[in-house]
Amino acid sequence: MSVAVLDRPRSKAIARPAPPEPLISMRSVSKGYGSGVTRNEVLSNINLNLRKGEFLAIVGFSGSGKTTLTKLLAGLEMPDSGEIVMDNEVIKGPSQERGIVFQNYSLLPWLTVRGNIALSVDRVFKHWSRGERRDHVEKFIEMVGLSHAVHRRPHELSGGMRQRVSLARTLAMKPNVLLLDEPLSALDALTRSVLQEEILKIWEEERQTCLLITNDVDEAILLADRIVPLNPGPNASLGPAFSVELERPRDKTALNHNETFKGLRNAVTNYLVAVRQKSRDDEALASEASPIELPELQPRSLRVPRGRAG
Amino acid sequence: MNWRGNALKFCDVAGLPALEPFVRLLAGEDVKEQLKGIAKFVVLPVAAVVVFLLLWSAAARTVVTDSMQLPSPTDTWTAGKELFAMHSAQRAEDLKVKQEKTIQAVTLLAQANAVTKQAESATGERKETLLANALVLKKKAVQAANYRPSSAPTFVDQIITSLKTVFVGFAIATLIAVPIGVLCGMSPWCNAALTPFIQIFKPVSPLAWLPLAFLIIVWAYSGTKPGENFFDKAFLISAITVSLCSLWPTLVNTTLGVASVDKDYMNVARVLKLSWSQQLFKIILPASLPLMFAGLRISLGVGWMVLIAADMLAQNPGLGKFVWDEFQNGSSQTYARIAFSVIIIGLIGLLLDRIMIFMRNLVSFGDPQAA
Repeated sequence: MSVAVLDRPRSKAIARPAPPEPLISMRSVSKGYGSGVTRNEVLSNINLNLRKGEFLAIVGFSGSGKTTLTKLLAGLEMPDSGEIVMDNEVIKGPSQERGIVFQNYSLLPWLTVRGNIALSVDRVFKHWSRGERRDHVEKFIEMVGLSHAVHRRPHELSGGMRQRVSLARTLAMKPNVLLLDEPLSALDALTRSVLQEEILKIWEEERQTCLLITNDVDEAILLADRIVPLNPGPNASLGPAFSVELERPRDKTALNHNETFKGLRNAVTNYLVAVRQKSRDDEALASEASPIELPELQPRSLRVPRGRAG
Repeated sequence: MNWRGNALKFCDVAGLPALEPFVRLLAGEDVKEQLKGIAKFVVLPVAAVVVFLLLWSAAARTVVTDSMQLPSPTDTWTAGKELFAMHSAQRAEDLKVKQEKTIQAVTLLAQANAVTKQAESATGERKETLLANALVLKKKAVQAANYRPSSAPTFVDQIITSLKTVFVGFAIATLIAVPIGVLCGMSPWCNAALTPFIQIFKPVSPLAWLPLAFLIIVWAYSGTKPGENFFDKAFLISAITVSLCSLWPTLVNTTLGVASVDKDYMNVARVLKLSWSQQLFKIILPASLPLMFAGLRISLGVGWMVLIAADMLAQNPGLGKFVWDEFQNGSSQTYARIAFSVIIIGLIGLLLDRIMIFMRNLVSFGDPQAA
């Protein structure tokens, strides 16, 4: 039989692609601040898989614990319970593997644009030659379109330019995972839209695993492969994931008339609004459940007793 | 950037808003607006000074006792001019003496050479006598060449001594306060340990410190003769009193600056896994420089104020001693000279303050006007 003659590869090798492996997993993570009476539970029972090469967006209202979530992922904070695993290793502290872009840029004001980026590059690529590092820095300055401003200091830049520097600084570290903590929420609407498109462009080139935290549903749909809503805190937990079935490369203007886009936007927004309403109702219910009983007092007489007046 | 931008930036960093309207006027900006600026920053202060001088003259005519009188602005000005004239005269005389001594040294050396030559041709006892004579002449020549005028210090000398004292004291204070401040800012434990000392010693007056500084210097110098040491005793006592008093603002501000480094900067450092020394030199110190310099500025101001009192008590030949000596002498010029030195002390204080503002603005990015 011919079958016996052919040295065929194992059928397993040509099987359909398995779902991408999770790069980072959060397993029943909880986090709170303070102790005793002042204890404030921020996140509870968070389970999240960030898959290799995917762009995941977490959408939530302000104050729902989004920044705590990024800090946990970055390793700047430790979970109270549960664990966060990256590449089968429990995250025990910050690492250059997980680059983070902060909401308020966090640029060092005494360094120029180049100095800020070079600080990271010099640290992460210590073993490179001086020339290599310099070229690397220049490449990323060019990528975010700031070649004309390399010698300026952060206070001489607009908000959008600062966030570009911050983005370039993190990208230049070549991290495995990019954590974007509301990177655009401090910017005006126009700058925001321009930067969204730029992030999209850069990401489509590099296809890096990326986690975006945002309060803007449109932004999340434009950029992400998957959207996970964050239910409002205290005790914030994650809602069901929405998959974004939109072709890449995406175009912001065209999306505005796309039915899938509109449908998804409504779905996510409705979910968030409903969850917040429920959380408010729960809170109201909780406060109604144990009303303080006030004693009923009634004056018998309004006259001042004789002899005590004055 | 064009010259105007640079000039305006300089005005901003140097803390000289008075120059700004002139720069803008030269650049051809709106004249009316700039004249308003000039009126505010130049004309108004000048007018205030004129009013002050008028009031001062009136006071000088009123405050009169049998033996003394408040000096008028003109008296003060004349006394000041005299002080500087005395200084130039003294310098000229010193120079003359110095020149004479130099000529003397050259002649002596020539004589010595001649005697040595004679000695070469001579023999026996005579040769030895001649050589001995030559040696004596040479020694005299060296003495003459090394002559230092030993006249009393002039007003300008005293200003220079005062400045030296304050800078030495300030440097000692900075060298002590900045490292301790950084330590306290980085470690709350260290801060808790040192807080009682800082709280107690900060409000102590220089006059209380001075005897203790005196004791320590005398102890350190025991067993040495005057002239053997690099610093004069009185000079060191003044300088150390200045340090002890000007230590605290720098210490407190450095602690505050280091402790209040933006958490975000520290997060950046943590993500980059900077080593301890890199964190210190690349993040913490640059971030706390503006507050540190604000502290240094206060320190220098306090130091200059304390110095005058320390000079008076330690008899360090600076401006404080000048004021005190004049007060004790009681010549007709006394009060005019004291008034003049008051103004000079004020002007030098102003200059020192400006220098510190300038330096602080150089290290604070983004908000040169703050604090």
